[in-house]
Amino acid sequence: MSTGTEIKWTPGKASEGWNRPPVIEPDGEGELLEVAMGPHHPSTHGVFRMDVVLDGERVIKLKPVFGYLHRNHEKIAEGASYLASMPYTDRLDYFCSLSNNWAYALAVEKLVGQDVPERAEYIRVILAELTRIQNHASSIGFLTQEMGASGTPLMYAFREREKILDLFESLTGSRMMCNYMRFGGCRVDVSAAWLDAARKVVAGLPKFVDEFEALLSSNEILMARCQGVGVLKPGLAVNASISGPMLRASSVNYDIRKVDRYGIYDRFKFRVPLGDHGDIYDRYMIRILEMRESIGILNQALKDVPGGPVMDAKAKIRGFRPKPGEAYGRIEAPKGELGFYLISDGSPNPYRYRVRPPSLINLTVLEDMCVGHNVADVVLIFGSVDIVLGEVDR
Amino acid sequence: MKTVEEIKAAIEAAVPGAGVTVLANPSPSAQHSLLIAHDHAVEVATFLRDAPELAFDFLSNVSGVDWPDKEISEKVKVTRQVVKTVDGVEQTVDETVEETRKHVQPGYLESVYHLYSVALGHGPLTIRMRTANRTDKAEMPSLTPVWRGAEFQEREVFDLYGIVFTGHPDLRRILMWDGFKDYPMRKDYVDPDDFEYEPTPHDEVLKRAQAHQAAAAVREGAAPAQ
Repeated sequence: MSTGTEIKWTPGKASEGWNRPPVIEPDGEGELLEVAMGPHHPSTHGVFRMDVVLDGERVIKLKPVFGYLHRNHEKIAEGASYLASMPYTDRLDYFCSLSNNWAYALAVEKLVGQDVPERAEYIRVILAELTRIQNHASSIGFLTQEMGASGTPLMYAFREREKILDLFESLTGSRMMCNYMRFGGCRVDVSAAWLDAARKVVAGLPKFVDEFEALLSSNEILMARCQGVGVLKPGLAVNASISGPMLRASSVNYDIRKVDRYGIYDRFKFRVPLGDHGDIYDRYMIRILEMRESIGILNQALKDVPGGPVMDAKAKIRGFRPKPGEAYGRIEAPKGELGFYLISDGSPNPYRYRVRPPSLINLTVLEDMCVGHNVADVVLIFGSVDIVLGEVDR
Repeated sequence: MKTVEEIKAAIEAAVPGAGVTVLANPSPSAQHSLLIAHDHAVEVATFLRDAPELAFDFLSNVSGVDWPDKEISEKVKVTRQVVKTVDGVEQTVDETVEETRKHVQPGYLESVYHLYSVALGHGPLTIRMRTANRTDKAEMPSLTPVWRGAEFQEREVFDLYGIVFTGHPDLRRILMWDGFKDYPMRKDYVDPDDFEYEPTPHDEVLKRAQAHQAAAAVREGAAPAQ
């Protein structure tokens, strides 16, 4: 296990606090076994390591080890202009590039006080909700994959994801690295034909979710493996800055679309699903229900997309130099709260560019959820957090 | 949400001697911040979290910022007496000269915390702390005991900026590997020489590669490569 560099620090009172991982004693029979799960492990969704201390099959201790994919995105962004970092945000959470685009655009728009035309706001909502649906579907697919359902639910999810990625491709030119949003709007306008195609895809989605649920929700193995496993209490979830479906599965009613009402989310009717137990099954169920709510939002948004420009006429593109100051902007990304913190010193490059990665911060409580469970459950608990390593390590 | 001035007054009423300063943000975002002194930082943070009318229970974001030493040059008008020869007679005349004076504003490291309230649905409140300098006193109290969400983020600030958070339960590098010496996000960080070489180096890069390989061979105690 890594020991860290030699630095002087005094262990604080936190070690005895309620918000620390539970300490359990080994039963004293046999030796403890230290296992490095990863960095090349099929369940880690990339390169990520968990140093697990086992007493038999029971997890005594678990330390996540990050950084295998670290490329210091924040430092690179400090050396590039504001716009030049937009394509790089695609590579954070590469499943949800359009949400990342929106979060960054929102933060810059806050920094310079930029308005966004109504049509662009509608397009942003449509793209963000499509992104959420394909992310949640794939994430459930991966979760069942880790449970041993070799690929079937994942392929169902990917079938639907393909349709959504085709929409992205025809609009932005790329399936995953979309690089679509700009400060003050969107890069290109959508056509009427694209909107029709989107309506057609969205019309097929409820059937997919029904089918997905019929396949999984009452599945005996899924219930046995997920219910009561990896429980996260609401108090700890809030204190540990957990966000997104994980927070809501722990019955905390906090959805940034409702709280901040960024964009035009106050125009749409949707509910915020909440879990009861905070276990893996609740996280699965929240994702299913959020897909249904997203379909509702999409139906409302696609009904009346207003005309007009997709870029604010006053938006500055050449010589973009925000006045000195700072801004923090955040959105409800599929994985949780994605925020960007920017400091401008009046130059064309940001003085400080910080990404608040939901994937990394949601892993704060991984040890708390895993301690006491069997090692096979670690894979599931980790899968239920729904992370992408491109965002964890940045 | 209350304004930062009101929150400052509430903190000062609850934690005597807290040492809170309001820092204005000229950007249109108007997210003004509170600068917190080290001595009572944990008490102030606990108050912000637990006071029922504030209830900042959700620590959203922790970021480090590096502000290196800054040389400030200002122009000052100085009047001095000069001996001049006017019409063949030596006279002492007052003369106004513009002079450039330089002084160094000492740098510091800063960590910025963005707080929200899940209970009341307001935010963000920006609080920040600054270290005394960038070298031997780069430390500040950790807020992880108050908000667990700071655990990985403070580790990241320690890793990339070198701020030592006293009271952090598990302060280790998180993204860079153990044994890495420098702090990459600092403004004066220089990439190491052996950062990345072309597979078939030539010209300038070839010289650097050879110099590096010779130095590496000496370090490892072997004979220098041919």
